[in-house]
Amino acid sequence: MLAALGLDDVDQLFQPIPSDLRAPADLDLPRPHAEQEVAAELGRLAARNRHLDELTCFLGAGVYDHYVPASVWYLAGRGEFATSYTPYQPEMSQGVLQALFEYQTLISELTGLEISNASLYDGASAVAEAATMAVATTRRSELLVSAAVAPRVRELLETYSRGLDIKLVEVGALDGHTDLDEVRGKASDQTAAVLLAQPNFFGVVEDVAAAADLVHAVGARLLVTFDPLTAGVLEPPGRLGADVVVGEGQGLGNHPNFGGPAFGFLACRPEDVRRLPGRLVGETLDTAGRRAFVLTLQAREQHIRREKATSNICTNQTLNAIAASVYLSWLGPQGLEELGRLSLRAARYAADRLAAIPGVRLAFPHQPYVKEFVVRLPADPAEVSRRLVDHGLLAGLPLAGLAPGLEDGLLVAVTERRTKEDIDRLADALTTVLADLGATDSDRRREGEEVAR
Amino acid sequence: MTSATNGNGAQAQPRPQSDPPVGGPPTGRVAPGGKTGEPLSTAPGPAARAFEAVPWAAGSLEGGPERLIFERSSPGRRASSFPDGGGLPEVDLDQALPAGLRRTASVRLPEVSERDLVRHYTRLAHRNYAVDLGFYPLGSCTMKYNPKVAEAAAALPGFARLHPAQPAEQVQGALELLARLEHALCELTGLAAATFQPAAGAHGELTGLLIIRAYHEARNDPRRRVVIPDAAHGTNPASVRLAGFETTTVASSPEGLVDLAALEKVLDTDVAAFMITNPNTLGLFERNIARVAELVHGVGGQLYYDGANFNAILGKARPGDMGFDVVHLNLHKTFATPHGGGGPGAGPLVVAEHLVDFLPAPVVVRDGDGGYRWDSDRPRSIGRVHGWNGNFGILVRAFAYLLANGGEGLRGVAERAVLNANYLLERLSVAYQLGYPSRPVMHEFVLSARRQKGQGARGLDIAKGLIDRGFHPPTVYFPLIVEEALMVEPTETESLETLDSFADAMLEIAAQAEADPHPLHQAPVTAPVGRLDEARAARQLVARWHPPTEPDQAASDPADAGPAEKPTS
Repeated sequence: MLAALGLDDVDQLFQPIPSDLRAPADLDLPRPHAEQEVAAELGRLAARNRHLDELTCFLGAGVYDHYVPASVWYLAGRGEFATSYTPYQPEMSQGVLQALFEYQTLISELTGLEISNASLYDGASAVAEAATMAVATTRRSELLVSAAVAPRVRELLETYSRGLDIKLVEVGALDGHTDLDEVRGKASDQTAAVLLAQPNFFGVVEDVAAAADLVHAVGARLLVTFDPLTAGVLEPPGRLGADVVVGEGQGLGNHPNFGGPAFGFLACRPEDVRRLPGRLVGETLDTAGRRAFVLTLQAREQHIRREKATSNICTNQTLNAIAASVYLSWLGPQGLEELGRLSLRAARYAADRLAAIPGVRLAFPHQPYVKEFVVRLPADPAEVSRRLVDHGLLAGLPLAGLAPGLEDGLLVAVTERRTKEDIDRLADALTTVLADLGATDSDRRREGEEVAR
Repeated sequence: MTSATNGNGAQAQPRPQSDPPVGGPPTGRVAPGGKTGEPLSTAPGPAARAFEAVPWAAGSLEGGPERLIFERSSPGRRASSFPDGGGLPEVDLDQALPAGLRRTASVRLPEVSERDLVRHYTRLAHRNYAVDLGFYPLGSCTMKYNPKVAEAAAALPGFARLHPAQPAEQVQGALELLARLEHALCELTGLAAATFQPAAGAHGELTGLLIIRAYHEARNDPRRRVVIPDAAHGTNPASVRLAGFETTTVASSPEGLVDLAALEKVLDTDVAAFMITNPNTLGLFERNIARVAELVHGVGGQLYYDGANFNAILGKARPGDMGFDVVHLNLHKTFATPHGGGGPGAGPLVVAEHLVDFLPAPVVVRDGDGGYRWDSDRPRSIGRVHGWNGNFGILVRAFAYLLANGGEGLRGVAERAVLNANYLLERLSVAYQLGYPSRPVMHEFVLSARRQKGQGARGLDIAKGLIDRGFHPPTVYFPLIVEEALMVEPTETESLETLDSFADAMLEIAAQAEADPHPLHQAPVTAPVGRLDEARAARQLVARWHPPTEPDQAASDPADAGPAEKPTS
């Protein structure tokens, strides 16, 4: 090849790089490794982590230990999907395009809104995209954000709002749910949108329909970040009046992956489709009149519209969205309902068992929940969680620093994977740990009850 | 012309350099799949094999193209099964959830068996082209081969089954991986620290611009404008706006480089940053980059490196040494992680010392005892840009690639990428014009199909003609400053035989255009579908499937569609 170019040395091709800009030869980089050495080193690092096959997981807060069926990555991991690019050449990309068209249909079904895009980075950034959309469609700049939305999501919104013309206003939580009276008081003709989570960060199911009425009364949009795995038992927010429904898709066939890759989804009403961020697949015909699929309404996107695009997103999370399509097709309507009920049964059993431990009580005993709930502990939840690891348990997320007034709170998630035995083990171990910490005496218990009132 | 002969009539010899290892150093080892020293006895002719290698891809099986999964649905079928929840008390949904919050109608998911599911997605896979099937010279996208050891590593339960909220003491291996990958990226870029939160290149751009914004604001010197070249990726101006800046575009010089005089004209103390790729989108190294940095820094601006083209200079030159302050890298390009049909990627951002405090929190730090932890106490941080730690699974793959190649191998990657691009350009330049005349190019080059357009075949026709010859086309109509642009990036992982057969196909298409362009207008004829009516897709938007009994236009909202209907097949 060098000869064909009339060269002796490949370095001659790097002649446009001035010599004083050449990299030093002694960069501190690893030596080359043979494949078995790579596998061994990665295996060593992986073994230094305690993963969810070793620890029984009651930790959630947005990423959940749902079962991933064998067929999901057997199919989504196929090289034809995994090693292709964004389907810019539709004639040779019908597989990815059709899978995304199916994905859009499935997300539309789960959210109750007609239009879904072809995925976003994650649930948190999807919220920022929804906020941008609401600002653009209403030409207003204020976003009311419930304090019952996950702190991580609110932090991200804060970051994104630095560059955008968005003013964030917090709406408080009352007894674990968004204070709708405060929404009524704060919503005005300046309000672009109100953001709720369903279920919310504390696991409480929000009254989306009531919120929608308040929000629409001032001409604003209701944005809801929704856990799609609860769609077997909960009415989709789109059917309750939400205008944009987003969410984290991890539970839909994606492993926790230490937080990514999974994907974010976004669904909206047809009238907002021109403000939709990201890719959208549409159906059309080829020259022979055959049904086919293609990226469409690209005039919204950065590669066409540049600074006027609805978003800067280009590479998204297509493969994770395809995994979600396989997963949802595996699940089927019966499976979705069974999963939701199983999770609900396990969560309620867990809540009952934990709340029966002296000194432990539910933070919001009168609120509806479906897979996650907060318990108050008579000892530091972080310390309790640490000790429960010795019992092979990830007990949940300590809420100190995350939710004012819930410093003694532990957020416990119970998916369909948790059995009665798992829950009994958690309750027994928690009893032991609290006893070890001397935190179960009746005085403390009484004190706790006083605080609760 | 067969692929055993190169463009200059010289006999092409098999050599290890042309079939680079993906999991090892450039020499001294045999690449996976590359058989060093094997004669080129079965070199394919021009138009090697069309995409439709699988007969059922076009729909000859079961009498038509693959139906939608919803159209395969049959009431009562299912693939899923769940335990009966033995011992868990039953729950009455009506009691557990207030009316109005409970689901009222069944979700219309497809009802299929596992067999149906597997056949459906396997058949869809057969209707999709990919790097695992063949050459994918999509300019600016770096579609290199993705080594499988990285996939195996990412699938280990110790990585895939980690919860992101697990305390640091349970995830020391993951944090060590992040710290070591960060160190390597800092070495390769010549910068100080990195964040792994950005999930893709554009996400990195936004993060970098927000950091630049915070930096200027912290100095009480808020600025409004970001300058980008006219050849920039569309994500650049879109990110500029999301970060709250205005875009100023600067024209390229006749050589296809940054026009220094034009740049000087637009630079003033309102400029927050100048954002460029190097090599640029024409595949040319900005040889005046040091002067560019001087000019930008001279007005107090920051220099932003869009890492889309980093593959060309990996281990050979460092953005930090050129004067760049902020760099995002596309690990799904340069570090060989698979593109996934459009993601997931990873767009880590690496910054110079004076910007480290502004990185998204938390960051991984190593304590004196050798343990790793998250540091969230970062008062000047711009905050979070991802819900968790970015696309960690992609970072595992990138780390595997780093280990496999090592520093020596990565330099070899850049050398072979540049060699392959120049070799391919040499072969193609007999029939195609170069968008801008400068040579040598780096890892990619932009041809112009001006000549072929005059003969009646546009860039798009050439692209579609390539599909019939078994190749993915180059990027077409980008960058915008080249008429009928065909942007070719062969990457380092392709063999000489592949480059030659692609060149043969391109030359055959050029000959076809000259003789009679008509057949190219019909292309592709061998793909699962022919050219699509894209205008129809936009005009009559159908963005989801509806049951046959339900109107299928976007204007119908399923919320108003009444009770659920079972899809039928």
